[in-house]
Amino acid sequence: MFGKFLKKSRNRNPDKPLTRNIVDGRAYATLSDYQATGGYEGLRTAITTMDSLGVQQVVKDSELRGRGGAGFPTGLKWSFVPMGENAPETKYFVVNADEMEPGTFKDRVLMEKDPHQLIEGMVIGSYAIRATAAYIFLRGEYHLSAERLAQAIAEAYQQGFLGKNILGSDFSLDLYLHTSAGRYICGEETALLNSLEGKRANPRAKPPFPQISGLWGKPTIVNNVETVCNLPHIFFYGIQWYAGLGRGKDRGTKLFGASGRVKNPSVWELPMGTPIREILEEHAGGMQDGYELKGFLPGGASTDFMLPEHLDVLMDFDAIAEHGSRMGTGTMIILDDKTCPVKMVLNLEQFFSRESCGWCTPCRDGLPWVVTILEDLIAGKGQASDLELLEHQTKMMGPGNTFCALAPGAMEPLQSALKYFRDDFEKYLERPAVKEAG
Amino acid sequence: MTDQDMTADSQLSEAEIAEVLEEASHYPQKSGASIEALKVVQKYRGWVSNESLKQVADLLDMSVEELDGVATFYNLIYRQPVGRKVILCCDSVSCWMLGSDNIKEKISDRLGIEYGGTTSDGEYTLLPIVCLGACDHAPVLMVGDELHHNVDETQLDQILNTGAS
Ligand SMILES: Cc1cc2nc3c(=O)[nH]c(=O)nc-3n(C[C@H](O)[C@H](O)[C@H](O)COP(=O)(O)O)c2cc1C
Ligand code: SF4
Ligand code: FES
Repeated sequence: MFGKFLKKSRNRNPDKPLTRNIVDGRAYATLSDYQATGGYEGLRTAITTMDSLGVQQVVKDSELRGRGGAGFPTGLKWSFVPMGENAPETKYFVVNADEMEPGTFKDRVLMEKDPHQLIEGMVIGSYAIRATAAYIFLRGEYHLSAERLAQAIAEAYQQGFLGKNILGSDFSLDLYLHTSAGRYICGEETALLNSLEGKRANPRAKPPFPQISGLWGKPTIVNNVETVCNLPHIFFYGIQWYAGLGRGKDRGTKLFGASGRVKNPSVWELPMGTPIREILEEHAGGMQDGYELKGFLPGGASTDFMLPEHLDVLMDFDAIAEHGSRMGTGTMIILDDKTCPVKMVLNLEQFFSRESCGWCTPCRDGLPWVVTILEDLIAGKGQASDLELLEHQTKMMGPGNTFCALAPGAMEPLQSALKYFRDDFEKYLERPAVKEAG
Repeated sequence: MTDQDMTADSQLSEAEIAEVLEEASHYPQKSGASIEALKVVQKYRGWVSNESLKQVADLLDMSVEELDGVATFYNLIYRQPVGRKVILCCDSVSCWMLGSDNIKEKISDRLGIEYGGTTSDGEYTLLPIVCLGACDHAPVLMVGDELHHNVDETQLDQILNTGAS
């Protein structure tokens, strides 16, 4: 069953599969550009040579882990969906394209530059769980992505990659683009489902998990854009090739990025497990002249700070976790020595406070409180007990005390800043209240 | 209700109704299209009046209260009039580090409005926005549907069509 599959994998071995169609001077990959590099051939292999459980098995064996932030194994997630004759007739496959985590700019690139890659991945994922309909949940501000995806969806229908009896099989699928209207909480997968049902985006209690009871109560898979974009390649080039891509424990490639005062802020597709130093020095070009590295958030606003002493850690889910942070989205936010870490944390907490959905008390009331404490501290109106109070808040809003992961995520940069940049917090306590004094 | 709600063109047009129903066809329950339906109304009218809200609720078999609960949750649904173009100024972390506060001040100076305000000629409304997913080009602004990268003061006149004074 894998014969054809393995042979192909030996033909060409791109080391940057996700971005191989992003070419300088070309706005985006059209359908023919996409097909010229093997586009929709992974789908053909999956649908014409394997059954749905076989497709799930390949993805399990590939050890693909979710790129939305938590790194959950994709094949394992899919395996919770009821399959077979007694399974519900209606099931859904949903792509999370809400990308609103501050400092994250990777999914947009994939959708704007190579929209068919996402669609092919969605058909493969939908086939694996026998979904009857698929949705792309796209954040409202991504107008260019919306335009390119809508066109690509229409083309995929015309070519028989969507609709009835895809590639002559008994599998049919409808795929819809849903454009949202703001609010970071929509990216949390159960809030996303409420939003997709046309409701306020408050998260849902788990269990039941979406794989059993998701969109309109039907089994539903929610995967990140980048996760899904890996699928065509796993089926086209094979899992041996895929395993060979990683440099650490994790497999495949990842879009890594850096923003802040580096010379060349951007996003690059690199092997999983690339050392942070290599990303920051070789790809991001090091710090801008006159600035030094003070710390960084490895994967978006809701990850713990890391320090220059962690530069040799590999960008790998487990390796980063061993150093007290999370790889998150893999797009790093760089703190330079001329930016005040306390003010940076205030900016982050203002974001989380504004975006709290208001459903549970610790988050709804705790985040504005944290913002007030930080504002007062910076204004020279702080008290010695404030730092303990902030520490207390990081526990109150830690994992398990709130209804969803937004508040615990908000506490990650705060708790690590209190640990690593304590001096900077204390400096504000020593300073007299400048504004009030005059 | 405002006067505007009372005028004859407060009825949804055939085009609007057709687009709302097209969106509704993508979901097993029409209410799934609530957000997109409100965006259809905004595309034609800029904002969602009480009268429009009521008509959309009828089309989607929702109660007015339920739909208003949705409308007021999402920050890109406008329940009061906005300018012809909305300026979304990213105030998240990477843009903040690269001077978005200053850009916001300069916009406020030029247009005479704060966040939430609309210019007297009805051209612009200024709002803050979370990270626009273009942090490698910080600071970033979105004006209407258009994204502007690496914004600095000298570009603002061009972006906002304000002559240097
Ligand atoms: C507050 C919050 C916001 C999130 N935003 C996103 C997002 O924008 N995109 C995304 O893919 N995952 C986001 N996630 C993670 C999702 O809940 C979910 O884990 C992910 O979409 C699963 O996809 P994956 O398994 O392919 O990684 C968010 C989680 C939380 C708690
Ligand atoms: S933690 Fe915050 S965002 Fe999550 S449910 Fe509670 S209030 Fe809403
Ligand atoms: S922080 Fe402004 S675009 Fe990301």
